[in-house]
Amino acid sequence: MPKDTMPAPRTLFQKIWDDHLIHTDDNGSSLIYIDRHLVHEVTSPQAFEGLRMTGRKVHHPHGTLAVADHNVPTTDRSQGIAEPMSRLQIETLSKNCAEFGVQLFDMMDKRQGIVHIIGPEQGFTQPGMTIVCGDSHTSTHGAFGALAFGIGTSEVEHVLATQTLIQKPAKSMRITVNGKLQNGVTAKDMILAIIGKIGTAGGTGYVLEYAGEAVQSLSMEGRMTMCNMSIEGGARAGLIAPDETTFAYIKGRPMAPQGTEFDKAVDYWKTLHSDADATYDKEIVLQAEDIAPTVTWGTTPEDVLPITERVPAPSDFKDKAKQKSVERMLDYMGLTAGTNLQDILVDKIFIGSCTNGRIEDLRAVAAVAKGKKIADNVKHAMVVPGSGLVKEMAEEEGIADILIEAGFDWREPGCSMCLAMNADKLDPKERCASTSNRNFEGRQGRGGRTHLMSPAMAAAAAITGTLKDVRDL
Amino acid sequence: MEAFTKLSGIAAPLRMINVDTDIIIPKQFLKTIKRSGLGVHAFHDIRYNEDGSEKPDFVLNKPEYKNTCTLITGENFGCGSSREHAPWAILDMGIKCIIAPSFADIFYNNSFKNGILPIQLPQEQVEQLMKEAEDNPDAPLNIDLEKQTIQRGNKLSFDFDIDPARKHSLLNGLDDIGLTLEKKAHIVEFETKDKDKRSWLYK
Repeated sequence: MPKDTMPAPRTLFQKIWDDHLIHTDDNGSSLIYIDRHLVHEVTSPQAFEGLRMTGRKVHHPHGTLAVADHNVPTTDRSQGIAEPMSRLQIETLSKNCAEFGVQLFDMMDKRQGIVHIIGPEQGFTQPGMTIVCGDSHTSTHGAFGALAFGIGTSEVEHVLATQTLIQKPAKSMRITVNGKLQNGVTAKDMILAIIGKIGTAGGTGYVLEYAGEAVQSLSMEGRMTMCNMSIEGGARAGLIAPDETTFAYIKGRPMAPQGTEFDKAVDYWKTLHSDADATYDKEIVLQAEDIAPTVTWGTTPEDVLPITERVPAPSDFKDKAKQKSVERMLDYMGLTAGTNLQDILVDKIFIGSCTNGRIEDLRAVAAVAKGKKIADNVKHAMVVPGSGLVKEMAEEEGIADILIEAGFDWREPGCSMCLAMNADKLDPKERCASTSNRNFEGRQGRGGRTHLMSPAMAAAAAITGTLKDVRDL
Repeated sequence: MEAFTKLSGIAAPLRMINVDTDIIIPKQFLKTIKRSGLGVHAFHDIRYNEDGSEKPDFVLNKPEYKNTCTLITGENFGCGSSREHAPWAILDMGIKCIIAPSFADIFYNNSFKNGILPIQLPQEQVEQLMKEAEDNPDAPLNIDLEKQTIQRGNKLSFDFDIDPARKHSLLNGLDDIGLTLEKKAHIVEFETKDKDKRSWLYK
């Protein structure tokens, strides 16, 4: 083909966009097809109510999967939920799913879990799809090379009614991490370091594509951790091109294509990568060897430092508004500038969430905690598996026994203290080493102080009672 | 959705950056199954003391800002979760316009779906409006969506940008779902073609 008639090189984002574009209006707004929709109890009741009031139906019920996760107790739930508001919200989800013909994993279903854990686990999440959910951490599913992003309740209703969304194309940013991660450094450290570099608004308006050797070497679990936190860098979606690791993960899962359909799907999935000469609106490059185990010290996910550093002072920052914000953060976090991060004592440990509640995360915690006990100053160390199936697997592998022996509290699956909507929360001024995704003021309980880190680092904090470099254990 | 054409009234300065959705509406108020009634809980932790009394230094608690209809604030407003409870709560307080140097994507999008106008302006202009709102709380801020202008007394007047499609929907209070359902033939046509290409999705 002569060069001037060759199709223009496209990014992975553009390929997925083009394959889902239904119609573009004269004013530039586009209608795109949504392949898969995940629904949970918190952001859906008003959407179903909207359908009811307008007499609309769900356009494509089997494109939607629902689960109760945000509000569920992580203790024995066979007797139901004591808290009436939470109970009503979960009962409302069940009623809505029955009325509109949507498949639901209810609280007692073994497949129940955090919405972003169960989608991939069931094979519901696949490369090249558009996937949405009324939850900002929908970006998780981008690990499969799916265009996945969080939406509000009005858009949940829009997708239920039409299986489409009105969108504008995003800008594209490639983040390349070359080289190999050091021992003790994980996908979580990599994404925290990236957010530290671009800032919490650095990705606003962009879809991020993660690339490079350190990203390609990750398991699917690690890739999900990275894409999950894209939203903490302001990007609605993160993408990683699918490869053999992806296809092997999907094969045989209950909702994945089977037999010859799987082969046909793989042929299509193999086309889903950015063309060699595709261009991006922005490029960021990091070297994996430069990344240390990383923790947050402030109340936004960009406030990160290598564990070997000290708490910063407001004067370390140039921007006036940021200086003022740092003053407020240090006060809220109860920290003094100049303190060695590894001298900071912790009260609680939270292992779980859609960021780090998968089996590989629990294995990493067990590897650090095996044969040890949690420190005396640690009041409570919770482990909340991401799903019933993760919990079952961890129990079969002996992980649960190792953690219980070490003094961890082994609980039922759900979102739990990542957002503290159920009974699991920090008390004011309690300090928590957490594997979750947000360290906002009040996120884990009013006045609670959150330090984000990897599962291995949270395990190290549990054992030593302080923020601790896991490489020294 | 209620149409947004013009707005005139008190503007309050909220001098914070990265105001996240947990600050706008904490999680304990997300258990509702309704859209209304969240205004009383908006900005809960920075607005109320532990005993439920109002914090006097929080801007929206000050008598001069009680009838605020426009909020002027710092960069990256609305970052964090996708909860539409955030714009619902703000709207329920009577605030119909937010002016900031930048917004988080999902919050920005959710605002339009609820008849709230988020206006992005350069940092210097936001700072001027912020200072004016601090110095002269009683002077009304006038916003005209059709003309895309913000005006305050004789001193300050700025133009703002807005996506034409969003502007049209807001001015007319249009229902997106209704508009999309008018394109049903396009959707069905897409599905028919796509079933050949990606048959495994339709099994």
